[in-house]
Amino acid sequence: MSDKNLQDYWRKNLKYLGILLAIWFIVSYGCGILFADALNKIEIGGFKLGFWFAQQGAIYVFVVLIFVYVRLMNKLDREYDVHED
Amino acid sequence: MNDIQIWTGIIVVATFAIYIAVAIWARAGSTKEFYVAGGGVHPIVNGMATAADWMSAASFISMAGLISFMGYQGAQYLLGWTGGYVLLALLLAPYLRKFGKFTVPDFIGERYYSQTARIVAVVCALFVSFTYVVGQMKGVGIAFSRFLEVEFETGVIIGVGIVFFYAVLGGMKGITYTQVAQYCVLIFAYLVPAVFISVLMVGNPIPQFGLGGTLEDGTALLAKLDQLSTDLGFKEYTTSHKGKVDLFFVTAALMLGTAGLPHVIVRFFTVPKVADARKSAGWALLFIAILYTTAPAIAAFARTNLFNTVNNKEYATMPEWFGNWEQTGLLAFEDLNGDGVIQYYNDDSPQFVSAVAEPAGWQGNELTVDRDIMVLANPEIANLPGWVIALVVAGGLAAALSTAAGLLLVISTSISHDLLKKWLKPDISEKAELRSARIAIAVAVIIAGYFGINPPGFVAQVVAFAFGLAAASFFPAIVMGIFSKRMNMQGAISGMIVGLLFTGVYIWYFKYGGGTPDQYWFGISPEGIGTLGMLFNFAVSLIVSRFTPAPPQEVQEIVEDIRVPRGAGQASGH
Repeated sequence: MSDKNLQDYWRKNLKYLGILLAIWFIVSYGCGILFADALNKIEIGGFKLGFWFAQQGAIYVFVVLIFVYVRLMNKLDREYDVHED
Repeated sequence: MNDIQIWTGIIVVATFAIYIAVAIWARAGSTKEFYVAGGGVHPIVNGMATAADWMSAASFISMAGLISFMGYQGAQYLLGWTGGYVLLALLLAPYLRKFGKFTVPDFIGERYYSQTARIVAVVCALFVSFTYVVGQMKGVGIAFSRFLEVEFETGVIIGVGIVFFYAVLGGMKGITYTQVAQYCVLIFAYLVPAVFISVLMVGNPIPQFGLGGTLEDGTALLAKLDQLSTDLGFKEYTTSHKGKVDLFFVTAALMLGTAGLPHVIVRFFTVPKVADARKSAGWALLFIAILYTTAPAIAAFARTNLFNTVNNKEYATMPEWFGNWEQTGLLAFEDLNGDGVIQYYNDDSPQFVSAVAEPAGWQGNELTVDRDIMVLANPEIANLPGWVIALVVAGGLAAALSTAAGLLLVISTSISHDLLKKWLKPDISEKAELRSARIAIAVAVIIAGYFGINPPGFVAQVVAFAFGLAAASFFPAIVMGIFSKRMNMQGAISGMIVGLLFTGVYIWYFKYGGGTPDQYWFGISPEGIGTLGMLFNFAVSLIVSRFTPAPPQEVQEIVEDIRVPRGAGQASGH
């Protein structure tokens, strides 16, 4: 693969990382910790929202984030023809 | 022997027989099978093994109890011990898999073209793994002695014997497949009581939803729990009442530590492809999340149950389990004011003591509750049959054994591969290397067993050390090794040393050196200081690397190469 393609591939990977890690940070450190008090004023289905993010919600989002990354990268690998087999 | 002990005996023996059968089936014939299970593990299987490897006796037995007493603040464990997998999947696992060696010190040594860096990494890996494994052995001893009426020491020795058998025989291959069996045992054992209790308390079979459910009297569980807590002078369960800075730093240290722990990272060397390494991290986290989202539900149920069952009730009317657990010493009642009634409240709260407790003639909190009881006694509190209680014992053992085995493997690999093969005796034959790996793991099991029986004083504090040091040393070195082509030997080594020293000294000062909490920097406790150590590591590495020569061309090519998936051969040591 040419250097330019490689750089392109890497830049797109970094973009995905940036977006997904921003979400990772927002749901855990943001909603679960820093803004938990404000979110606790909202109540949904028996949960204060800040508490729910801290003890449930953020963990669900973590799982989803990894599988989204898996899909994005599998597609990107194919697009740049760097996938295995 | 009573009914519960017979059930426990049957289930423990049956699960151990399964582990041994699996180990015999999955013997290792080469160093590659011994170190990375031959590199052919299916990503879902590896995910399950990683989950069992990761979830220790502490996750299984102690975590729900911790949350139960910490309330909202318990989020630091829930987030901290799951969020690291996102970092692993996105920043580390696929690239390390492409790099294709056996160990973390392998990567550090080659990427930073330095034997010194490799040895710093080996020492860290050994220290982190050893402190961690001792706790697991202790957990095995406790589970045995509490439920089977064998001596604590005998319990540890039985546990050592089992791990010895399948780890020495099967290496990573044997460990991987026994861990899959252990995951199934532990998750089943964790969920069964949780589901029963959720149905009993809020009529919802899914504990994760039950946590937001409504009690029989029509109030929401969590609202009721908040009210019960404040009525007895405790802090509200669902809200924060401490500074957010420390919570933030502790959570981050646990996450970054998770992503830097060698026994977790090495699991991603066992899958066939780079794409599998990413996928496998996702499965691992899914399997872990099943337990980690159930734990806060168990915590809230157990706490509510405890308040409702004991507070201001006559001691004579306590249910049978109360007496059973008093015998173990995990539950203790002392009738301070001699009225035969249990007063359970927060006697550390001066306002509550003067406003409520003293006028009522209470002379101090009369009930001491060990946090481990929240998981161990749950089935009895909910009146579940004997086989469910037996299952919890088997689950606790599975959690402790699987983690111990994973750690012991890292220890033996560090010695036979990183120290012998790559440093002291490079011309060692494959056969001799395999033999020394087996000897190393055998010796490590015995030493771990010894310290499990005679724990050195520092063991209680080791979690802070293990995670803090992993966060402050490995994590930045590996991440920069992948994401910065310019990062060189000088930068990485000075960063690791600064991170390690700073974190180590801070923890030492506040745990043993006489430091008091009001001297904490920015209010950060020793558990969270690894985060700051990591930032220092990054800063020092980046600065030093700018003033020293760039890494050699071939190293820069390695970095280019690990960034693309294609061409990942099987993990190799050559």
